[in-house]
Amino acid sequence: MSLLRRRKAPENEIEPQKPDVEEEDKKSSKKNVKENKQKWSCIDNCCWLVGCICCVWWILLFLYNAMPASFPQYVTEKITGPLPDPPGVKLMKEGLKAKHPVVFIPGIVTCGLELWEGHQCAEGLFRKRLWGGTFGEVYKRPLCWLDHMTLDNETGMDPPGIRVRPVSGLVAADYFAPGYFVWAVLIANLARIGYEEKTMYMAAYDWRLSFQNTEVRDQTLTRIKSNIELMVATSGGKKAVIVPHSMGVVYFLHFMKWVEAPAPMGGGGGPDWCAKHIKAVMNIGGPFLGVPKSVAGVFSAEARDIAVARALAPGVLDTDLFHFQTLEHIMKMSRTWDATLSMIPRGGETIWGSLDWSPEEGDSPCKSKSRDDAAQISGQHDNGTDSKAKYYSYGRFISFGKDAAEAHPSDLKRIDFRGAVKGSNVANNTCDVWNEYLDFGVSGAKAVEEYKVYTAGEIVDLLNFVAPKMMARGSAHFSYGIADDLDDPKYSSHYKYWSNPLETKLPNAPDMEIYSLYGVGVETERAYVYKRIPTAGCNIPFQIDTSADEGDEGSCLKAGVYSVDGDETVPALSAGFMCAKGWRGKTRFNPSGVKTYVREYYHAPPANLLEGRGTQSGTHVDMMGNFALIEDIMRVAAGGTSEDLGGDRVYSDIFKWSEKINLRL
Amino acid sequence: MSILRRRKGTENKKISDTEPDYEEFKEKSNKLGSRKLRLRRRWSCVDGCCWFIGCICSIWWFLLFLYNAMPASFPQYVTEAITGPLPDPPGVKLAKEGLRAKHPVVFVPGIVTGGLELWEGHQCADGLFRKRLWGGTFGELYKRPLCWVEHMSLDNETGLDPFGIRIRPVSGLVAADYFAPGYFVWAVLIANLARIGYEEKNMYMAAYDWRISFQNTEVRDQTLSRIKSNIELMVASSGGKKAVIIPHSMGVLYFLHFMKWVEAPAPLGGGGGSDWCAKHLKAVMNIGGPFLGVPKAVSGLFSAEAKDIAAARSMAPRFLDSEMFNFQTLQHVMRMTRTWDSTMSMIPKGGDTIWGGLDWSPEEGYECNEKKPKNNSTQTAESDRTRKSVNATRVKYGRIISFGKHVADLHSSEIDRIDFRDALKGKSHANSTCRDVWTEYHDMGIGGIKAVADYKVYTAGSVLDLLHFVAPKLMKRGSAHFSYGIAYDLDDKKYEHYKYWSNPLETKLPNAPEMEIFSMYGVGIPTERAYVYKLSPAGDCYIPFQIDSSAEGGNESPCLKGGVFHVDGDETVPILSAGYMCAKGWKGKTRFNPSGIRTFVREYNHAPPANLLEGRGTQSGAHVDIMGNFALIEDIIRVAAGASGEDLEGDQVHSGIFKWSERIKLKL
Repeated sequence: MSLLRRRKAPENEIEPQKPDVEEEDKKSSKKNVKENKQKWSCIDNCCWLVGCICCVWWILLFLYNAMPASFPQYVTEKITGPLPDPPGVKLMKEGLKAKHPVVFIPGIVTCGLELWEGHQCAEGLFRKRLWGGTFGEVYKRPLCWLDHMTLDNETGMDPPGIRVRPVSGLVAADYFAPGYFVWAVLIANLARIGYEEKTMYMAAYDWRLSFQNTEVRDQTLTRIKSNIELMVATSGGKKAVIVPHSMGVVYFLHFMKWVEAPAPMGGGGGPDWCAKHIKAVMNIGGPFLGVPKSVAGVFSAEARDIAVARALAPGVLDTDLFHFQTLEHIMKMSRTWDATLSMIPRGGETIWGSLDWSPEEGDSPCKSKSRDDAAQISGQHDNGTDSKAKYYSYGRFISFGKDAAEAHPSDLKRIDFRGAVKGSNVANNTCDVWNEYLDFGVSGAKAVEEYKVYTAGEIVDLLNFVAPKMMARGSAHFSYGIADDLDDPKYSSHYKYWSNPLETKLPNAPDMEIYSLYGVGVETERAYVYKRIPTAGCNIPFQIDTSADEGDEGSCLKAGVYSVDGDETVPALSAGFMCAKGWRGKTRFNPSGVKTYVREYYHAPPANLLEGRGTQSGTHVDMMGNFALIEDIMRVAAGGTSEDLGGDRVYSDIFKWSEKINLRL
Repeated sequence: MSILRRRKGTENKKISDTEPDYEEFKEKSNKLGSRKLRLRRRWSCVDGCCWFIGCICSIWWFLLFLYNAMPASFPQYVTEAITGPLPDPPGVKLAKEGLRAKHPVVFVPGIVTGGLELWEGHQCADGLFRKRLWGGTFGELYKRPLCWVEHMSLDNETGLDPFGIRIRPVSGLVAADYFAPGYFVWAVLIANLARIGYEEKNMYMAAYDWRISFQNTEVRDQTLSRIKSNIELMVASSGGKKAVIIPHSMGVLYFLHFMKWVEAPAPLGGGGGSDWCAKHLKAVMNIGGPFLGVPKAVSGLFSAEAKDIAAARSMAPRFLDSEMFNFQTLQHVMRMTRTWDSTMSMIPKGGDTIWGGLDWSPEEGYECNEKKPKNNSTQTAESDRTRKSVNATRVKYGRIISFGKHVADLHSSEIDRIDFRDALKGKSHANSTCRDVWTEYHDMGIGGIKAVADYKVYTAGSVLDLLHFVAPKLMKRGSAHFSYGIAYDLDDKKYEHYKYWSNPLETKLPNAPEMEIFSMYGVGIPTERAYVYKLSPAGDCYIPFQIDSSAEGGNESPCLKGGVFHVDGDETVPILSAGYMCAKGWKGKTRFNPSGIRTFVREYNHAPPANLLEGRGTQSGAHVDIMGNFALIEDIIRVAAGASGEDLEGDQVHSGIFKWSERIKLKL
């Protein structure tokens, strides 16, 4: 400021000097001065402005660099009062020391992928990140990027001539994009009590592939096994603490079955491998029973807010970049990713509810969202929504039209779609973006619509109908049912059941502990209202009906989506049920009585901007920076048991809901 | 350009046009015109600066935009237009031949090339958690040099972490693919291997903390266990195909250590059993390996002047020699490097038997002019001939350190030497004033320094005694981890101690007759071999010895330049050290190689890059740049894809290594 002002002062001085200037003008010897003055053109103005901006920028940059590193913290403390010690410092003061080796298993999308072999258009990108990092290539060469991120449609593996591989090491998933942490905060805190790279291992895998294919192509499961064995051996026989996040939870369920299965298909570790090598599995936000969002994603590519991708997608992918076909491109790409199929809701109507009931019935997180809101609409609430609200149910995963979503089961007129004939679409060859909807035709789309309501059980049929190729690939790798007889040899002989907790037994490891750690208090997608787009030339024929918005907040219907309590991505039911009930005590899914615990973290948004993504967040990814969660993990890693943590910690109605689920245990 | 010119045009017009207007403006000065006029008058110095900066910035951005919009193949296109079509890189060439990834590959990086990052530090290193302190941009070296030195130093007594500081090696291929941005080490090799199908699952970078002694990497980080486990994993997951190991520089010694460690029984070793190497290793392809040590290591320890260890050279002259620390840079560097045990792994081994005594050396008769361009040699041919006939100045390479140039040339009988070993060390009177930079020289005093200079000439054997004398603490740590002798009886029990494992003259190769050992190194570059020293004048806080850079050989003895006697090599490692073991010590069945492992010597003649566009060249033979040598990469890829040493046509020799090896009288 002072600079600017001083510069103005001499200006004012110039004005009284005006006569002098005139005199000088007349002198030919001073012509230079005059010329200088008259140079002041538009370009000069621009240059001057640019110069000023640059100077100011540099000064600020210099100041920023010269600023002591603790300055932001100091400011924050001034404003919000003294910050609590980060858990690492706090526990270090308590005297905790690194003890058990720790293994991180990242979830879907958070792990970086880099290029090892590509086509002409990807020149110069060798060993550069295509996924994660700055995503620079999405802007620069979007079609090339899509081409390389897509897998083969038949095999679900690399297309010829392209090799995209997961980044390895802690860098694979410490930050998703610059400044957007995933595991970095946890790693930094663990380092405070003495952890380093030899005692921490990031089990990065290619999250696009089906779980068994990561072993077939990259031997990832073998690597994880070997690394856990190595870490246990080099730390003097101390068992490992596993920390999977999101889809990593399901991946690790698969691993535990794989590692004990005999050699050709499994890891051949013997039936006591888990008992010998694993102290605890601390699942963070685990979609044990699937995520409703994945249905919408596969069905119409609209799960655009899978955790982190959300931050990027609205800006980049929803624009008109590809002439309105962005969503179709994404669908084409994401439908080749088998891993998305691992998160389709499992357990059908038994778990997720049917036409007229659901375990979460009566829950309305939206109502309690803010007291003021609730008070305001309480007046409207009286005039007659009671009768309607009675019949709506979370069990109806997909409803065509709001009416269908709320109708009484007996009022629904449904025409079975399963036998419907698919007509070839007339516009087929004009579309440059291929997806399976093109083989599907208008009649197929109509048949789908006429079934009106789909429950968790019927969803799988629906997907089989609309995306037969994808589901054919998927059904070789994943299964979504409930086992009647777990001793049936089919369950032990095929890997497709390994990632489904309802079709496998936990390993025989009575000393092991399984934690389910997840956030609550955030609205989470649970069911959708869809509409059909009649003129679906090249476009996806179905869309979430964003006009379906209930004025009444009690029903949690917003922009075509019914919400329930959860961590914004995974509903509490999916994250908590297995540990709260399915595995509790000794059940047929948990024959050796592995101890299970549920720890919920109530979401509190960051108090101000300086806090960044908050230290008490309960959302799916931001939760990785939740101090309470980190403290729990560190206590276990340093040798603590569940008693040190205080056993279960529950805010939601997970136990009540679990009771409503009628599953033979 | 066009923009600028057009602007001038209008200017001129304006001058003529606006001249009459000027009067009008003056008249209307109270009204609209006054603003315009004021604008013109603002043209002050600050504005000029702003304008200038603005122009530069705009042009810069414009160029940057063009650069980014440029297709990636443009530089290659330009290069091809100038130099003619480039040869295919070896990866592409061999992929066309149909070679495919077969054996898993393990890289063992050398000293200084591996990145190190901070895991725990003092207050001053705030915000550097998991940032690279070594490798990368070295940004912290500028910003907080003393903090950096403090963190990079190890504990002076134990050779391990100082209290409250944990610096750990970066892991993964990124550890040593590039040393600094744009300065490749392994990146070219990795990229070429990827062409025939290699990826991260069958390539492994065995990164280790290159500052600490080899056995301590296992004690502190369990690095050797990790390497063992990863090799086993890769061999198993690639269907039992044995691994090809590619160590570079000090990594060669590290891997010698590993091979002994892995087969040694459990508490001290890896417990892999006596056939681990036979089961898991197909070939060891040593690049520029200092098997028998490097003379440069001596000068580094003695006076901290080995400033050009490979890549550090590009950084050091600019930053470390400057006056950043008030002339004490070298002392700081010495204090830091003297805590790094690994530097002692490269002290010349085998003593006078290998490196030559006072009056002989294996390389005797080497002509330093040999590799010079033809024009030069014809000019000096006459003087050459006279010199040869007189035979007056045969360089006595055996004298690794001489005090004074004339001493270096004299016959041994003419030198007066006073033994230094029992000399008293006096306390230096200036001791207390140099407290901030401690080196062991301060405990040595003037008496000790004089005694060292009076011994005049040191051979490879007596250099060890010298180092023990001038740096007792350092050598005490070092002698627990490294040994520099020659074994008379390899079956002696004492050779089971780990300090012998990295010395090829005191260990047997593993029992793995199918394994192959390659020694690949560059030749054709003058390489440091012996030094002429002098006492530094007023050595209170200074290092009391200095390379006498005024000692020039001139025409008489062209091998002496700037106080350093040169010999053929790859700029860092003399041929003798890199080639002897594979050329003679292990060739056939010897006592050092009882199972008869086949050994091959592959030399690569140095050719500097033809022009700037080639960067560091594709035919370089220099210690680090050789990692981008196409011929070398091709050899490695062929072996990795399944070829044997015979398929590469065995030995490929340009130097006199076989002749020199014959002169060494070592019982085999």
